Amino acid sequence: MGANHDDHHHAPAHHGRALRLGVGGPVGSGKTALVAALCRTLGGSLRLGVVTNDIYTTEDADFLRRAGVLDQERILAVETGCCPHTAIRDDIAANLDAVETLEDRFGPLDLVIVESGGDNLTATFSRGLADRQIFVLDVSGGDKVPRKGGPGVTSADLLVINKIDLAPLVDADLDVMARDAAAVRGDRPVLFTSIRQDPSASAVAAWVSEQALSWPHEPVSAA
Amino acid sequence: MAVNPALLLLTDSRLPAGGHAHSGGTEQAIATGTVHDLASLAAFLRGRLHTSGHVAAALAAAACALGEESSRTGACAQPWPEALGASRAEALGTSPTRSEALGALWILLDAEADARTASPAQRAASRTQGRLLLRVARRLWPSPTLDDLTAGPDLRCPGALDDLALAVPNPHHPIALGAAAHAAGASPEDAALAAAYHAITGPATAAVRLLGLDPVAVHGLLADLTPDLATTASDATPYSRPWAELPARSAPALDLLAERHAGAKVRLFVS
Ligand SMILES: Nc1nc2c(ncn2[C@@H]2O[C@H](COP(=O)(O)OP(=O)(O)OP(=O)(O)O)[C@@H](O)[C@H]2O)c(=O)[nH]1
Ligand SMILES: [Mg+2]
Repeated sequence: MGANHDDHHHAPAHHGRALRLGVGGPVGSGKTALVAALCRTLGGSLRLGVVTNDIYTTEDADFLRRAGVLDQERILAVETGCCPHTAIRDDIAANLDAVETLEDRFGPLDLVIVESGGDNLTATFSRGLADRQIFVLDVSGGDKVPRKGGPGVTSADLLVINKIDLAPLVDADLDVMARDAAAVRGDRPVLFTSIRQDPSASAVAAWVSEQALSWPHEPVSAA
Repeated sequence: MAVNPALLLLTDSRLPAGGHAHSGGTEQAIATGTVHDLASLAAFLRGRLHTSGHVAAALAAAACALGEESSRTGACAQPWPEALGASRAEALGTSPTRSEALGALWILLDAEADARTASPAQRAASRTQGRLLLRVARRLWPSPTLDDLTAGPDLRCPGALDDLALAVPNPHHPIALGAAAHAAGASPEDAALAAAYHAITGPATAAVRLLGLDPVAVHGLLADLTPDLATTASDATPYSRPWAELPARSAPALDLLAERHAGAKVRLFVS
C-alpha cells in the first residue's frame, strides 16, 4: 500500500463517500487543537470537512474558523442539547445530517472529521456515524487514566495521549501510561503528542492519512 | 382499541431522529425566568399543548390522512385529477399524474404548516426535525412496493414517505410525523396523539435537565395532561381538504422565545 501513497496524495481517489473520523475524549484534552492540526497538515492533500459538537456555544467552530486552517463554510457546528454523548452514539441524526450536508455542498470529500463535545471516559462514537475514531486524553488528567480503561480508551482505533510537554509538571509517568494502554488495547495503536510543541501533529496526521487513503472507494469511472 | 405498537416507537424519546436537542422554547423560557419551578412549568406545558401542540396534532392527522389516501388510489402514471381543487389542477395542466398531484398536495399541506408557524426560527427548527424524522422513518418503514417488480402496476408507486420526500425534502415536523405514522400503519388519530405528546415531552425533559427539577414530579405534570392529550388528538381529526380550515391557534410568546433563542450567544438546545 505504501507505494500507492504518493499517487493518491497527488490525485485523491473519488470515494463512494468520505471517511468519517470521530474525535472524542474528555473536556479540554486537545480535541480541537488536534482537529486544527489535522486540517493544517492534511488540507493540502485531502478534501476535508469538519463538524463540531459544542456544548454551549459555537466556540470550537469559531476557533477553527479563526485558525484559518480550512475554508470557513466547510466547518459546521451541531448543538447537542445537554448530552454530547447522545449526539455521537444514541441519536446521531443531527451529526449525520451535518456530515451529509458537507458532502452535498463540497463533495466529493476524502475525510469528514466530527469532534465530539468534551465528555467522560465512556463516550464513544456509533459505527453508524464514524468509520474510525480517535480518543484524545491528556497527561494532566493523571497517568492512571489509561489503566481505568472505559470504551473510549480500550476500543478507539487510535488513542492519543496529548500534552506530554506538561508531563514533568504533573508528575505523569508516560511509561506507565504506555504500558497500561497497551494492556487494555492489545495491538491497537497509541500515540503520544504535544500539539503545543508539534502544531502539525505529524504522527497522528500520518495515521489519519493512511486511514483515508486506504478507505474503500468506488473505482473512478472511466473519463 | 389496542395501541398501535409503531406509535410507541414514533413517540419514544429514544427514536434516533434528533429530537433530544430541541427544547421547544423551554430553554429560553427558563433563561428569561418565565419557567422557574414546577408550577410555572405546568402552565408552560399546558399552554404549549393547547396552542402549537393542538395545531401540530391537526397537521399530523391531515398528513397521515393524505398518506392513507395516496396508498388507496391509482397507479403512478394514471391521471389523478379528482384529488385536486380546480385551480391547482389547472396549474399542473389538465390531467396531472398521480405523482404530480400528490407532490402538489404535500407542498400545499406543508405550506399550511408554514402559514401557522410565524417565527422564522421556529420554522427552521420544525423543518430540521422534520427532515431528520423523514430520513429515519424512510429507513424504518421503507416503501414496500417501490422496488417490488412482482407487484401489479397499481402497486408500483412510491410510498407516502417517498412522495413527501420528493416534493418537500425539508417538511415541517408534524407533516413528517403524520406521513411516518401512516407508513408505520397508524391512523390519523394516532398521528395526532403522537404530535400532541411530542409537543410536551421534549420540553418537559429539557426543564428537568436545565432546572434540576425532580424528574418524577415533572412526569407527574405529564400524567396530569394525559386527558388533554386524548381530547387534543380527537379534536384534531375532522379536518379534510381544503386544509385552510385547519386550526391556527397561535402562541406569540412561543414565537418570541424561539426568536430570542436563535439569537442567544449561549445555549444548549437547538430550539
Ligand atoms: N500545554 C499544552 N496545551 C495544549 C496542548 N494541546 C492543546 N492544549 C491547550 O489545551 C486547551 C484545550 O484544548 P482544546 O483543543 O480546546 O481541547 P478540547 O478537547 O477541544 O476541549 P473541549 O472541546 O472544550 O472539550 C487549550 O488551551 C489548548 O491550547 C498541548 O499539547 N500542550
Ligand atoms: Mg473542542
